[in-house]
Amino acid sequence: MEVLLVEDSPGDVRLTQEAFRDTSPPIHLHVARDGVEAMVFLKHEGAQKNAPRPDLILLDLNLPKMDGRELLATIKGDSAIKAIPVIVLTTSGSEADILKTYRLRAKCYLTKPVDLNEFLNVVKSIDDFWLARAKLPSEQC
Amino acid sequence: MPIEVLLVDDSLGDVRLTQGAFREANPLVHLDVAADGLEAMAFLRHEGAHANAPRPDLILLDLNLPKMDGREVLAHIKDDSALKTIPTVILTTSDAEADILKSYQLQANCYLTKPMELETFENLAKSINDFWLTKVKLPPQRKTHETGRRSG
Repeated sequence: MEVLLVEDSPGDVRLTQEAFRDTSPPIHLHVARDGVEAMVFLKHEGAQKNAPRPDLILLDLNLPKMDGRELLATIKGDSAIKAIPVIVLTTSGSEADILKTYRLRAKCYLTKPVDLNEFLNVVKSIDDFWLARAKLPSEQC
Repeated sequence: MPIEVLLVDDSLGDVRLTQGAFREANPLVHLDVAADGLEAMAFLRHEGAHANAPRPDLILLDLNLPKMDGREVLAHIKDDSALKTIPTVILTTSDAEADILKSYQLQANCYLTKPMELETFENLAKSINDFWLTKVKLPPQRKTHETGRRSG
């Protein structure tokens, strides 16, 4: 399973890596620190020429360079990558953000808990539900 | 406050199993059932006998349905600005790649296959409850300025 995490907080990146460690089947977690880097990865540009197509994207909303909302709109407007499920994972609990990202076709919206164990719990639930139970679209779309 | 879930499924047996499994998983879930695609759309648009239907927090949609197919229902939901933010989870016996792909292209929020055994319906309902109805922030119910029905 290839998962792209778009996240600028090194602490949250570390926690997500920990939560995904030892999963079965193993998850290859790729990290992009901002929206521009995420698009370079998704479009296989430059140094990311050999980047895999992610099965799932975990997206923070508040990002440098290209904001998560803008990145989501860009992904969903690109026929080559729009079928990749995007899950929003953010500290924002604002109703405006929730509504806006569902309108922009995020698959679902999760908030990052401040408690460490709860944070790990949320990330594990993504593994349990999306990567173990849900059927994801296959490569060739 | 009840959590409103609309199950669109024509199989009486599966409806019965899903109802039982959700009762077990979360008593706050209020499960409404539409037995075909036309009834689902009437429910969602508050038409006819469904004038007082609640707006679902989540839709569980089978693909193979009489009158109006699940794929068509999905396309209508995601094309309707008043309905498109309601998370719509496909729940079907088909695990054909073409169905999975098509459903995601039509903006299904997620694709699940129906369990083949009684006991696993309970696991499925628990799993949907734990993830979608507990962890996920669902879109807020429509504000008054958004309640206008689409014309045409």
